[in-house]
Amino acid sequence: MFSSGYLLFLLAFGIGPMLYALYLSFTANGAFAGFDNFVRVFNDFRFLPAVQHVAFFVVIWLVTLIVLVTILALVVHGVRTRWLSATTRFLFYIPGALAGSASVMLWLFLLTPSVSPVSGILNLLGLKSFTQIVSVENLPVVFTLVAFWTGAGGWIIIMYGALNTISSDIMEAARIDGAGPLKTAWYIQIPLMRKWIAYMAIVSLAGGTQLFVEPKILNLASRGVVSEQYSLNQLAYQIAFGPQADFNGSAAISIVLLVVAMGLAAFFVFRGGLFDRD
Amino acid sequence: MTATNLRVVPSAPAPARWLGRVLAIVVLAFFSIFFVIPLAWLLLAPTKSTTQLDGQHGESPFSFGSFDQLAHNWNQLVGFQDGVIWTWLGNSVLYSGAALVITILITIPAGYALAMTKFRLRRVLLITTLMVMLIPNTALALPIFLELSAIHVFGSPLAVILPFSFFPFGVYLTYIYFSTTMSHDLLDAARIDGAGEFRVFTRIAMPLATPVIALVGFFSFVGNWNNYFLPFILEPGSDQIPVQVGLALLISSTPEFNPTNVAALTITLPELAFATLISVAPVLIIFLFSQRFLVTGLTAGATKE
Repeated sequence: MFSSGYLLFLLAFGIGPMLYALYLSFTANGAFAGFDNFVRVFNDFRFLPAVQHVAFFVVIWLVTLIVLVTILALVVHGVRTRWLSATTRFLFYIPGALAGSASVMLWLFLLTPSVSPVSGILNLLGLKSFTQIVSVENLPVVFTLVAFWTGAGGWIIIMYGALNTISSDIMEAARIDGAGPLKTAWYIQIPLMRKWIAYMAIVSLAGGTQLFVEPKILNLASRGVVSEQYSLNQLAYQIAFGPQADFNGSAAISIVLLVVAMGLAAFFVFRGGLFDRD
Repeated sequence: MTATNLRVVPSAPAPARWLGRVLAIVVLAFFSIFFVIPLAWLLLAPTKSTTQLDGQHGESPFSFGSFDQLAHNWNQLVGFQDGVIWTWLGNSVLYSGAALVITILITIPAGYALAMTKFRLRRVLLITTLMVMLIPNTALALPIFLELSAIHVFGSPLAVILPFSFFPFGVYLTYIYFSTTMSHDLLDAARIDGAGEFRVFTRIAMPLATPVIALVGFFSFVGNWNNYFLPFILEPGSDQIPVQVGLALLISSTPEFNPTNVAALTITLPELAFATLISVAPVLIIFLFSQRFLVTGLTAGATKE
């Protein structure tokens, strides 16, 4: 059977870990504990701030991503000169190579006024020191900046591909009816891109709730100005690896995050209409 | 208004269109700069000394330091803790490389089976794959750790390689590829000629699958190379971590970010920038040379809709 190897991995590293985390989150020392673990972590003084941090970041991140990626894809698609369009897409995409800790490291430098190549801009904004820049009220914007720099290019390419599928007859008809680029974008292109915008929103929303490496590295670099429990994943990590060594509580947070991710995925798979080719 | 109207020659585009074009160019130029400037800076930073990087003597952030300084920074970085960066790079190669091989071996047949054969639970497997594919891989990192620690398998290379090899997105890509490019008739013809299922797969499907193998390999390797959370929790020893995790460790040896550091051997900012560049160099090179085919991969779903 050709799919048996994959099935094995799906069970061992997909379904298995989920079920085991589910088991841990509802037990204590192997005995059924109801919602005790959930109640305990929800009442943890670090839990609510972490939820707020993540929620705040996700909102700013999603709005920025949806608005800018849509605009940039439309503009790049509207460029008639082929090499120019290809070059810009490539330039936008290249930072994706640094996804992960490298992009955060690079932005550490960019946000350190003494070495930053854009220290002029930082000065204009009244930002004088690294610790001031990474103060808690600025962090959602900082993380959005890093995530947008790294990830937007890939989405712009995907949206560009989606725009290419719009038949030239429709575009031509719109032009003959006297629709300018703005009207064409608003009444024809954006409605036809909607499925892909929804796909991007769902993947990014699920990814955003998982925030970990960005605050982790800023925590290391700012000597604790950025908290060690800034995001939910950091808190789940702390609860398991910190002095509490509470695997059940950690599993409870993981389950909460997984339920959010699964809910979004299920909504999309069954309602989004992007994957029904079977 | 009349003044503007007078200047409009009938054959020239209307002012509104010019305005639109200028606006489009401004937007593209602004964002090109935004995406490129950090990279340009990163490429130049390793050629400078700390004072040059600070620009205290009026050096531009985009000036080139010197090759001597580049060599000096290199030696310092490689000398840090007896060349620990080589160990980290080696780990990255081992984890991402081994996972790449296993991923291809299990993913391509699975995508083929989903697209071209009928079996019980096929639809369940397909929907589960889609669901798990849409779940961010970080969401599974802690559960995987909890599972592996229950059976006391972590800290070994396999603890990272095996989870890295589970790649539902690759199965989905392969499934799309086979179901849109390969005809059932071709396979049936081979079956009538007496070829067994295994032979049909290896002799007919595999040779046609080269593009999707490359695509799955690319996304798997890049994703795993840049993965931070999973190896961070599964590989506790500092000689077992991949370079992306090691990078963050270097911060605590950098006085600018951690003044309390008293160790004799420290990392300067240009060296830290150098380490950042080296840590992504393999991926950056792959990106540069597989641009065209990458775009195909990213838009695979979009264009075949």
